[in-house]
Amino acid sequence: MAAPTTSPSLPPALADAVRDDASLRRFLHGLPGVDQVGVEQRAAGLGTRSIKKASKMWAIDTAISMVDLTTLEGADTHGKVRSLAAKARRPDPERPDVPKVAAVCVYPDMVETAVKELEGTGINIASVATAFPSGRSSLKVKLEDTAYAVDAGATEIDMVIDRGAFLSGRYGQVFDEIVQVKHACGDAHLKVILETGELATYDNVRRASWLGLLAGGDFIKTSTGKVSPAATLPVTHVMLQAVRDWHTQTGEHRGVKPAGGIRTTKDAIKYLVAVHEVAGPEWLTADLFRFGASTLLNDLLMQRRTQLEGHYSGPDYVTVD
Amino acid sequence: MWEYAPAPESRDIANLKPNYRMFIDGQFVEGAGEPLKTVNPGTEEVLAEVSTAAPADVDKAVKAARRAYDRVWGRMPGSERAKYIFRIARLIQERGRELAVLESLDNGKPIKESRDVDVPTAAAHFFYHAGWADKLGYAGYGPDPKPLGVAGQVIPWNFPLMMAAWKIAPALACGNTVVLKPAETTPLTALVLAEIIQQADLPPGVVNILAGAGDVGAAVTSHPDVDKVAFTGSTEVGKIIQRQLAGTGRKLTLELGGKAANIVFDDAPLDQAVEGIVNGIFFNQGHVCCAGSRLLVQESVADELLEKLHARVSTLRVGDPLDKNTDVGAINSREQLTKIQQLVESGDAEGAERWTSACPLPDKGFYFAPTVFSNVSQAMRIAREEIFGPVLSVLTFRTPDEAVAKANNTPYGLSAGIWTEKGSRILWAAQKMRAGVVWANTFNRFDPTAPFGGYQESGFGREGGRTGLEAYLDV
Repeated sequence: MAAPTTSPSLPPALADAVRDDASLRRFLHGLPGVDQVGVEQRAAGLGTRSIKKASKMWAIDTAISMVDLTTLEGADTHGKVRSLAAKARRPDPERPDVPKVAAVCVYPDMVETAVKELEGTGINIASVATAFPSGRSSLKVKLEDTAYAVDAGATEIDMVIDRGAFLSGRYGQVFDEIVQVKHACGDAHLKVILETGELATYDNVRRASWLGLLAGGDFIKTSTGKVSPAATLPVTHVMLQAVRDWHTQTGEHRGVKPAGGIRTTKDAIKYLVAVHEVAGPEWLTADLFRFGASTLLNDLLMQRRTQLEGHYSGPDYVTVD
Repeated sequence: MWEYAPAPESRDIANLKPNYRMFIDGQFVEGAGEPLKTVNPGTEEVLAEVSTAAPADVDKAVKAARRAYDRVWGRMPGSERAKYIFRIARLIQERGRELAVLESLDNGKPIKESRDVDVPTAAAHFFYHAGWADKLGYAGYGPDPKPLGVAGQVIPWNFPLMMAAWKIAPALACGNTVVLKPAETTPLTALVLAEIIQQADLPPGVVNILAGAGDVGAAVTSHPDVDKVAFTGSTEVGKIIQRQLAGTGRKLTLELGGKAANIVFDDAPLDQAVEGIVNGIFFNQGHVCCAGSRLLVQESVADELLEKLHARVSTLRVGDPLDKNTDVGAINSREQLTKIQQLVESGDAEGAERWTSACPLPDKGFYFAPTVFSNVSQAMRIAREEIFGPVLSVLTFRTPDEAVAKANNTPYGLSAGIWTEKGSRILWAAQKMRAGVVWANTFNRFDPTAPFGGYQESGFGREGGRTGLEAYLDV
């Protein structure tokens, strides 16, 4: 196992956990379990919060500022990425006060186009890498994939973990890959995609979250969006608990990004409530929480107009990009 | 900071009337007792005036119940009784919002609980027992078990509608008629349930509902023509009733106080255990006889658990019961608030370490901030006496045997919680626990199919499930 290059100041208990393969395994298996019924009940309970008026308006604007506006299709073209970038810069052309989104998220070969379109806007360029979405390739290819995106100007890298290695218990291998990808990222922020839909149990989600954090991921991210189920509220709860526990033990703030399947303002607000009450209010910033989404943005814009104008305007009044 | 805007449920939904009357023999009537004023504990405003029963009214109600039993209900086929009970269940659902808002106004519990727990559970009890009415021969009490006659029932103020349902539904399903007295501070939803019963066209006298204080309750439970008494409330009053009924041959079930242990082993799912602890003691402001008021935590995880618990309790939102985002509502009465304050002071005096959530409290109304005592020992009053408020006592243990010994070291025995990921330990501990209900990796879950009741000073008899039918059958 390679030594982690980040978090040089890990407290002794955690530094010990990453000493070798066996220690890592002992640590991950020693984490308290997650009770499925309990976490789902809690997520459903928090989902009944009623967010109205000014607090809803605040939530909508905050959610917009947390969107990683995403297009990850085989059919992506430069034209498509250009129009997505335009949407990111000015989500609602008639209302310049709408906050801009946090990032645009594309495949590595589209990074260059996105960089050109977003220069000087402060919007981040996120690129998936490491043989996204399956992660089935050699480490060499994954690192080159990462370097390709970073060289083209990506400021954030969304990598996938090797779920095969994770599920067969080769945690050291997963850890090493994350460490090396993090190294290849240079200054770019690293989001570690766990693909929780393939990990299947909440215990696995907690272990993978800690693995990602120990290896130096700046964010842990639920899903690629290519596997069903993608992000769910209870999975996000488990991950928010992990970053909160991480903060308790190290003093560091790390981020969480649910991705895939969050399409409505109502859903987005449920996630924000979870961030607020599970991780804590200090996580309510685009530096520590993101939505990986494409259609969500337009629903947020429609609901924003409804709040301001007092009536619903309909999907033809927001731009489809 | 993100402040949630107030999201109050409209109080108009409650259809609050200035006056409520008692329900005897199918009619709403004025009682001869001194009318009582019921107060909204969230604001201290008077909600409504309620007429109460004098001894003569109790007699009238029991006579009406006897008549209905002899002439109609006792001889009606179970399949016919079931139709009425189903109808009540449906009407509770239809008027669910009204009942929920009224319950929160009168009791002080948060609307999310009255809406998501009290009202649905009340309806579920009627649905469940409606199903039994024509299948009593298969309940294990012989081929054709007979009802007892007239049931006198007295219920507490913590779950006014739900307790009424727990009492009335099995009584009716088994063929008994009912005289029920809701608590003095929370009579309103039971009287709306009387409207529903009238709406469901139940024959006059099958259910009678009287309002009033303890004296009316005593008149109901000691009435010579009552065949069966069911009481839920304090252990003190339960003992008085038991003394009164001794030697009369009348059947009695008591569901009394509790001081439940919630045991967290070191291999527990800690984050969910924290949720369960919070739900165990802060649900319904801790006004729950089966509340997990004693937390027994294994010493090896005590610090970590307590830190998580404090953080979680700090997020509880205390305030207006009608606000949909309120987690902990108002204490039901000034009297109860005083009792909680006195017991908390005894905890301070006896040397326990008090931690109180820094949450803001409303200026008016009866509120108490969620409180956690650590370094508690079994000898302290806060570990032995039922506080019936949002106050948790935390004790530690070293071995599983010690946990069981401490959990059972109480005159009560209503409920217990076990938190561990190890299935064999759950089964082992549940076997050892002297408690009527044992929850594993959850707490305060109620279901009509599961019998509920206690050991020792927590009472006897069971409510719910097949076992619960026994209390209303001549077996």
